[in-house]
Amino acid sequence: MQATSHTGYAGHHDHDSHGHPTGWKRWVTTTNHKDIGSMYLWFSFVMFLVGGAMSLIIRAELFTPGLQYVSPEFYNQMLTLHALIMVFGAIMPAFVGFANWMIPMMIGASDMAFARMNNWSFWLLPPAAILLTASIFVPGGAAGTGWTLYPPLSIQMGMGMDMAIFAVHILGMSSIMGSINIVTTILNMRTPGMTLMKMPLFCWTWLVTAFLLIASMPILAGAVTMLLTDRHFGTSFFSAAGGGDPVLFQHIFWFFGHPEVYIIALPAFGVVSHVIPAFSRKPLFGYVSMVYAIAAIGLISFFVWAHHMYVTGIPLTGQLYFMYATMLIAVPTGVKVFNWVTTMWRGSLTFETPMLFALGFLVLFTIGGLTGLVLAMTAVDIQLQDTYYVVAHFHYVMVAGALFSAYAGLYFWLPKWTGHMYNETLGKWHFWLSMIFFNIAFFPQHFLGLAGMPRRIPDYAQQFADFNVISGIGAFGFGFSQLLVLVVVFQAVKGGARAASRPWDGAHGLEWTVPSPAPYHTFEDPPHFDQAEAHG
Amino acid sequence: MNPALHPPAATTTQSASRTGKNRRLALILLAIVVGSLLFVSVQPGLYRAFCEWTGLYDIDRAQEISASAIPGRPITLQFDANSHDGALLFRPQTPILPAKTGDIVHVVYRVENTRDHTVIGQAVPSYGPQYAGNYVKKLDCFCFKQQTFAPREVREMPVVFFLDTRLPEEVNTVTLSYTFFEVPVESRK
Repeated sequence: MQATSHTGYAGHHDHDSHGHPTGWKRWVTTTNHKDIGSMYLWFSFVMFLVGGAMSLIIRAELFTPGLQYVSPEFYNQMLTLHALIMVFGAIMPAFVGFANWMIPMMIGASDMAFARMNNWSFWLLPPAAILLTASIFVPGGAAGTGWTLYPPLSIQMGMGMDMAIFAVHILGMSSIMGSINIVTTILNMRTPGMTLMKMPLFCWTWLVTAFLLIASMPILAGAVTMLLTDRHFGTSFFSAAGGGDPVLFQHIFWFFGHPEVYIIALPAFGVVSHVIPAFSRKPLFGYVSMVYAIAAIGLISFFVWAHHMYVTGIPLTGQLYFMYATMLIAVPTGVKVFNWVTTMWRGSLTFETPMLFALGFLVLFTIGGLTGLVLAMTAVDIQLQDTYYVVAHFHYVMVAGALFSAYAGLYFWLPKWTGHMYNETLGKWHFWLSMIFFNIAFFPQHFLGLAGMPRRIPDYAQQFADFNVISGIGAFGFGFSQLLVLVVVFQAVKGGARAASRPWDGAHGLEWTVPSPAPYHTFEDPPHFDQAEAHG
Repeated sequence: MNPALHPPAATTTQSASRTGKNRRLALILLAIVVGSLLFVSVQPGLYRAFCEWTGLYDIDRAQEISASAIPGRPITLQFDANSHDGALLFRPQTPILPAKTGDIVHVVYRVENTRDHTVIGQAVPSYGPQYAGNYVKKLDCFCFKQQTFAPREVREMPVVFFLDTRLPEEVNTVTLSYTFFEVPVESRK
């Protein structure tokens, strides 16, 4: 694949620039990292709207106590698909989209290392998405187990469960191929002079993330394959009736599941590490400690899995180990938060939309990290396990963490992608509406959880009613505010003020040395790496 | 790429070596994927071995431990049975039974309807001493619901209960007595 596109590069150049397919064929056959990056981003946005609509069904049902709109079975399917689609369909592809667009431009490479495989990684996603969403309409409905797919329930469900399992298989293959591509690109294709310790932090976060994906996605694939054979081929890995143990599934799932949390969080850290220095007009504080913190987080994430399983009857020594190991992750994460804050210290700050989203990320992600520490304590977690406190915690790190960071990156690089400045007023409206409604939606859920409201239940006791109304108003407000970003992107694609090649005066990096919009082919010759563009 | 600046021959070898490097790295990464798959496929065996080694999820052993943790105290159980209006012949099969606290006790009562018509009734338990009733945890008992006896029917009925180890020390004998009452017609279910 590489051989054909690269060996005869000089000869192929003309063909590529003038003769590449147009119309739908361009998008199906493209091997261009920018095209593929855009497709990843559009795909993730569509999935974000689908998953968001499902969350609004959940919040509508929870608006008042009792059963109003949907049956408990359908409610369970909605919360399962909402989670699977948001995690695997929206957030992960969004950051892979950023990786495709930005990594080659940041390291001065002409494209990803395996351009044809890159195309394949993307086009595996739509079939998986169709499998997941279409499973709602099969007899028995979609998987209703929650995204964790715990047996014995997942062994008993209908064919919707099988469709979810195959979707997970396909998504896993796509992630693994994408990751192999990213690692190879970063390690082998940096422009001369860009050593690993001069590499932009977004590349560092993706390098570690890609290794996490390569090591953990096969674990998930193995777990769901064992589920599949338990369901159809008479094995008893997890089925207690045949001598298996459902708790084994939880161990395997969370051995994948906890690194998955950082697979989502690390690229978000990377984006923010670009945005905050640019709008503080200062280099990132503590670059080297940032790199070590990323690596430490990635490594420790494989050794804390059972903090999701305190109530499964693991022995006291196990509980103590997992409690302290989990708290240990707060140290490198704290280093990162400290460095971001210190980067802003005495900087010439301006507050354009990317910076606002990065600051929103910083504040809300820290709150989510703090509630994570609360949940890490075994004694507390036994009380809070499977309550809304957990729901509030992971939405603070997933939505306010990953999504806000993705928006920061979107507004930051949109001028480079489209060649036009976006509408700053609309961008600021988008930020403030998101910020306010997000907190209205999710902050009360802490109180609900502390008061004992269980998660994954369509009905609840009367005393939880008021906070659920507030949370519902916030969720609908947040959901509809997200349509603003669609308007902003369409406007920027169609026109607007022309963006300079470096639209943000404080931004550094090779991606700002090429014109805006970035030409279809960039850095066909490895560029000269000016130290002024170096990070760190 | 401008051919004038870079002779095509040099570019070709450079690209070829890079392609080789990329392929080698991709194979190493693929080996990690395969290693991960192998790792997950041995998990069921490793998990079982680990649990057996540590005794973590061994239910038999857990029961042994809980049974041996609090030693039982020998006591005497007495069983008694009466019929309120003499309609039934009602007797325990074993009137006296030695037992230990912490035991699960299984006893059988024999009932015979001496009348030529159907009798519906319910047995009501009482204990001697009275407060010992708090330490007799019934798992199954015919006294839980109303019983219907056909004319001249003979039946054996079980009681299963757990003797709580917290039974006060001064109690050495527990008497369990049942009285059968015929249920008035208006309150029959």
